[in-house]
Amino acid sequence: MTPPGAVQFCIRLLRRQLLLAVRRPLEIGNPLLFFAMVVALFPLGLGPTPETLAGFAPGVLWITALLSNLLTSDAVFRSDFEDGSLEQLLLAPQPLFMSVLAYIGAHWLTTGLLLAAVSPVFALMLNLPAQAIVALVASLLIGTALLSLIGGIGAALTVGLKRGGMLISLLILPLYMPVLIFGSAAVQAAVGGFPVGPYLAILGAMLCLAIALAPLAMAAGLRISIDA
Amino acid sequence: MWPIFHKFGSPPWLYAIAGAILRWLLPITLLALVTGMVWGLLFTPSENVQGNSYRIIYIHVPAAVVALAGYYVMALAGAVSLIWRMKMADVAMKAAAPVGAALTFVALFTGAIWGKPTWGTWWVWDARITSMLILLFLYLGVVALYEAFDNKEAAGKACAVLSLVGMVNIPIIYKSVDWWYSLHQGASIKFTGETSIHPSMLYPLLLMIAAFYALFTCALLLNMRAELLQREQRTQWVQKLLSKDVVN
Amino acid sequence: MPTRDSGVPVLAARSLCLERGGRELFRELSFTICAGQLWQIEGANGAGKTSLLRILCGLSRYGFTGQVERFAPLLYLGHQSALKALLTPRENLAFHVSGEGCYGDEQIESALARVGLYGYEDVASHTLSAGQHRRVNLARLLLSDATLWLLDEPFTAIDKAGVDELQALLASHVAGGGAVVMTSHQALDVSCDVRYLNLGTGLAA
Repeated sequence: MTPPGAVQFCIRLLRRQLLLAVRRPLEIGNPLLFFAMVVALFPLGLGPTPETLAGFAPGVLWITALLSNLLTSDAVFRSDFEDGSLEQLLLAPQPLFMSVLAYIGAHWLTTGLLLAAVSPVFALMLNLPAQAIVALVASLLIGTALLSLIGGIGAALTVGLKRGGMLISLLILPLYMPVLIFGSAAVQAAVGGFPVGPYLAILGAMLCLAIALAPLAMAAGLRISIDA
Repeated sequence: MWPIFHKFGSPPWLYAIAGAILRWLLPITLLALVTGMVWGLLFTPSENVQGNSYRIIYIHVPAAVVALAGYYVMALAGAVSLIWRMKMADVAMKAAAPVGAALTFVALFTGAIWGKPTWGTWWVWDARITSMLILLFLYLGVVALYEAFDNKEAAGKACAVLSLVGMVNIPIIYKSVDWWYSLHQGASIKFTGETSIHPSMLYPLLLMIAAFYALFTCALLLNMRAELLQREQRTQWVQKLLSKDVVN
Repeated sequence: MPTRDSGVPVLAARSLCLERGGRELFRELSFTICAGQLWQIEGANGAGKTSLLRILCGLSRYGFTGQVERFAPLLYLGHQSALKALLTPRENLAFHVSGEGCYGDEQIESALARVGLYGYEDVASHTLSAGQHRRVNLARLLLSDATLWLLDEPFTAIDKAGVDELQALLASHVAGGGAVVMTSHQALDVSCDVRYLNLGTGLAA
């Protein structure tokens, strides 16, 4: 019996990760709940005036989405590290580059995609003008994929450490900044009635670069972490 | 070339050569620093608009320039360590991170001191300042990641990966912050005037930049020697070195 | 299971040296493992048995000197079971991350039945005992057609009957042209020759 090809193996991993996520629905719900609660903090801190909130809404929504992504990034490889699955993954004959992409893909499907899907509700709560909602969802769809890829690098480097949680934020938050800048700028442009396309194009370009390079860093990071 | 390359992998050799370089580089650095400082602070004309406060440029600019260059030194050392599996490149990379972080901090700190009399505020979310702040975070990330690992060899490799990731990101971060600033230019304070710098001010500045490069190298070598001793503390050559020091 | 030639090298180690915390665990360790051989790595706790296995399978890449060449697909079973508590044994085998072949339902069922887990195919793995976890991993041995098995303490948590079955399985794998390298503190009672690698004293016939 020959081992499955890289793509077939990727699909197997993706199905496995999604099945694991579905078996523990709370883990899928947590980032969404976090998103909702942090959004609720802003009116309390900034004041409930609709105009104030509308002005801050693009940034608030993006920062909150970024933070909920950050919180879940730590867990991408952790349980597999703890039960020894990661060792087996590294020994698999298929290229690790593709395997980690499958892990990140599953992570994005269970966090970023859902965050983007529920974001219009919170956008309306924060009084974001309706014409900016499409831009918000589109920028979150692309942007959270980028965040998952970058977060995966931090997760791979810290997976072997007992106290990885705080460290991972220090490692990857600086790398998140360009995504935040272009993501919230896209929403702001839509609010002001300017074209959104260029911002999404830049986010898309960064996503392409990240898909090409981030798995290399993740694979290297995992090999180092498993060896430590 | 290969024998030399091989020698770089030998800790005692590296320790000795770093010591030899330091013996003459350290005095030169001190001399250049003192000369540049005295020249810049006392013997240059004062600036038309800013008066004497501009003189902090002789510390601010060299620190910023070398802080940025230091990141590339660190990332290149990281690349060498990953590609050729050279342990000594790890040592160089580990030694560069705190030095670079300190220089970045100096650049930010002097920038704030300079900003108060010039702009009337300690901090401005200017593109360059923000990039330097992110650079500081990147450096601190490397330092923190290194400290978090118990296995120092793995720590070196992990930091090498992280610094390479950072190197790819620095231009992206710089461009996006630059672009972000031009979008938000609300409280407009022009950071750099178009006036070109007068030669009588430029030469001491160039000297100070060179001196800071030398200072960086010295700090790097000193740090590397300390790290080598710590890593190799159980080996014969370190034991011999220590016993010799005790006898002297 | 494809027939394999005995005597073909499947793994070669040359001048392996390992130091941990300034203490030398082994040095200048060179050996070749051929198809049809069963090797047992011996040594006291902390002698470096697990480290050696991890070097042999390629998980350890830094911190040692020497070379390892692998000529055949391998299967490594470590201390941890690599089983997901949320998945059933069937799913654990079907979605296994080690990239082995795609197994059909019947194959998985018959393998689980052979390791004594008939009826447990579709219960969540977290309800199984530690020994049953090991047994799911033994089912991997039955399913896989890797030539070289690297097993770290495979008898841990397995009952007496299971130990006998596993020893028979090892012997039949070796007889079929496979190779096994394992660590264990207990003496093997198998029908084939056992080669010993003692990390305290070096190679022994």
